Amino acid sequence: MTRLTSSLALAASLAITLPASAETFRWAFQGDMQALDPYSLNETLTLGTLGNIYEGLVMRDKDLNIIPALATEWELVEPTVWRFKLREGVTFHNGNPFTADDVIFSLERTRKEGSDVPTKVASIDEIRKIDDHTIEIVTKNPNPILTSDLSDWYIMDQEWAVEHGAEDPVDVRAGVENYATRHANGTGPFMVVEREPDVRTVLKPFENWWGEPDHNITEAIFTPISSDATRVAALLSGELDMAYPIPLQDGRRLEATPGVSLLAGPEARTIFLGMDQLRDELLESSVAGKNPFQDVRVRRAFYQAIDVEAIKDKIMRGASLPTALMVAPQVNGFSEELNERYPYDPEAARALLTEAGYPEGFQVGMDCPNDRYVNDEAICQAVAAMLAQIGVDVELLAQTKSKYFAKILAFDTSFYLLGWTPSTFDAHNPLFNLMNCRGEDDPNRGKFNLGGYCNERVDELTAMIQSEINPEKRQAMIDEAFTLHKDEFGHIPLHQQPLSWGKKDSVELAQRADNVFDLRYVVVGE
Amino acid sequence: MIAFVIRRLLQSIAVMLVVALIAFLLFNYVGDPINNMVGQDTSIQDRERLREELGLNDPAIVQFARFVGNAVQGDFGFSYRQSEPVSGLILARLPATLELSMVAALMALAVGVPMGVYTGLHRDHWLSKVFLAVSLVGISLPTFLIGILLILVFAVILGWLPSFGRGEVVQLGWWSTGFLTVSGWQALILPATTLGLFQMTLIMRLVRAEMLEVLRTDYIKFARARGIPRRAVHFGHALKNTLVPVITITGLQLGSIIAFAIITETVFQWPGMGLLFLQAIQFADIPVMAAYLILIAFFFVVINLIVDMLYYLVDPRLRVDRAVAGGHAPS
Repeated sequence: MTRLTSSLALAASLAITLPASAETFRWAFQGDMQALDPYSLNETLTLGTLGNIYEGLVMRDKDLNIIPALATEWELVEPTVWRFKLREGVTFHNGNPFTADDVIFSLERTRKEGSDVPTKVASIDEIRKIDDHTIEIVTKNPNPILTSDLSDWYIMDQEWAVEHGAEDPVDVRAGVENYATRHANGTGPFMVVEREPDVRTVLKPFENWWGEPDHNITEAIFTPISSDATRVAALLSGELDMAYPIPLQDGRRLEATPGVSLLAGPEARTIFLGMDQLRDELLESSVAGKNPFQDVRVRRAFYQAIDVEAIKDKIMRGASLPTALMVAPQVNGFSEELNERYPYDPEAARALLTEAGYPEGFQVGMDCPNDRYVNDEAICQAVAAMLAQIGVDVELLAQTKSKYFAKILAFDTSFYLLGWTPSTFDAHNPLFNLMNCRGEDDPNRGKFNLGGYCNERVDELTAMIQSEINPEKRQAMIDEAFTLHKDEFGHIPLHQQPLSWGKKDSVELAQRADNVFDLRYVVVGE
Repeated sequence: MIAFVIRRLLQSIAVMLVVALIAFLLFNYVGDPINNMVGQDTSIQDRERLREELGLNDPAIVQFARFVGNAVQGDFGFSYRQSEPVSGLILARLPATLELSMVAALMALAVGVPMGVYTGLHRDHWLSKVFLAVSLVGISLPTFLIGILLILVFAVILGWLPSFGRGEVVQLGWWSTGFLTVSGWQALILPATTLGLFQMTLIMRLVRAEMLEVLRTDYIKFARARGIPRRAVHFGHALKNTLVPVITITGLQLGSIIAFAIITETVFQWPGMGLLFLQAIQFADIPVMAAYLILIAFFFVVINLIVDMLYYLVDPRLRVDRAVAGGHAPS
């Protein structure tokens, strides 16, 4: 490895940059968009990249603030009625005008079979057309975060969809090809000129875009490159202008190379550990007849036995941001005051275990992915080693994400590592999905609460947070819920994982904390 | 002969069925595709319904039967990952893999045979020692490492060749070829070398060993004694007699080259079937995995068939022996 590093450093000094026309921008990610249909998959790369082609009523800027897009202004006329003024003079890439009918059509299409984004419009009861450029969105209950929900809900052209038989979203089960899988017709600043899935996607600026472009791209070529080493090599050799993600261990190599640099920043994804507190006996443990995780002292002992700073230094190369909360600072509801971790203290942890009746510790199984989060398996190994210090014998099972998720989503786990980015960038989402009691009445409540942490007050607060319009009152409720969860050690938050992008020095771009890459901010130099 | 071919083709169907059956039994262990197919906000009910409607709750044997039933009608299903027909996806990737494999195999032959002949004829020459040392590297280094080293040297340090992709391709009907553009050839060099290196060293060592064997035989000695020019002895008589095992190995290795292009394609992001298969595994994209596996099984069967037929052409004794064994020897 050292030899490879030094030869790469040598490589850098000798690197011959391939000539490229100044405004052609080439970038690579580890995978491809699964389809060009904006309702096919609710996932960061697919929706994030499609955000260059399609637009919603509102969008996020580079700091994740909500800004106008296809709507120019909006107001709450009643607690459940929002009036949106639509931008005039907007056309889709095929020249069709954008009107209120397209919004209503998009709502219907989003709710059809095969769509993976109905949750974005789940709070909406109906959309009324007032005139061609005014709509009213009626929500079932007051929804304080409606614009967050809609920030990557993209508007499609009704005429285009009907013309090409793409009124329904792409659906694997349907067994028929869908025109929208490979073709796109949005209102965004870029249009698709070529699409070869898994190979390349070529975009060109849309000349009749309503906005004033900040970028200077004349052509953008996206190539998925799955192998980390190849992706890094292609950036170093000058074949790419930008590549992500860059493995943490290659970061220094990039920084040592003239002409390219590493863009590292915290991602809004929180990595945490969960413990099964629901079963009376753990599935994978030496303790019979009872569940040690039902004792808050054991959960606290686990928390205090783990040295997140060591994980940050040794495994995350200093790039992670240790956290005490289940949400990142970018998420609405985050509180700096509450973000104070309990100290790392293996002595106290051992005492807590003894007090709880496990002076010798115990044995427990742990589930971990090895290809989902940044250095996920290494983190789990470190956690296992740290817990061994207090006598807990962790049997680690690290496996590929398809296997890992199949196991943990069947609740077949005692102790696991998981990461979460709230898709709405609001605290309600993690409260509802991760920290609410698993419901019989509504199976979606706490559907990722795999350890079954349960506090009825937290549930009550979550329900109120969902429809509280007053920001101060809402924040107070969020704080109360987060405090309860923290004091009960419902989960063990570890850190926000780092984003790691590589780019040519001559390129300027904006790194969004949700790992979305927006071409609107790209300026290609000389 | 025709009966033989037909029998072998029928056997190939049995082989493909067995491969598909084993594949479906194994798919239980590749994980659950559902979580890859939906976002984190998708409700439990929708996940369950998707699983049910895709038939993932059925026993492996039922899934296998359904797959075979559809495959017989030419329907290989829809990719879970890309929502497109599997047959179209594989057909779009087939040319990339076949072109890469063919070029790799031809390179292996074109370089391996002369090197083998040379090292066989000049056993103690220093150049032979160099060839043998190089071939040791080719045999002992894993493919991905060779690929990464080639990328490092020729793409990053020298900047001569691209590190990934297939360059510009030209569409000839449904076949996409990289043979007609400069960038296509440039992109082909590194992956083809990586893929062909192991085969090259294998062929070289095989030819060398066979040459050494043949050169010791009496008829070669007689040929030399009769004063036939060395050139004619070496290439007209000796080399020709080494070819039967070389054809066998090359033929069988062609199947391996196609099947194991997976690693090379992944390292170079070569858009072939191997890369498609690897991504399908990561995603648990069952329809793509199933179709790929039986296609590869089919390739192996067909290649074996062709190799067997080549024997008949190269070695007349086989025909005679078979006829004798069958009791139809001309009297």
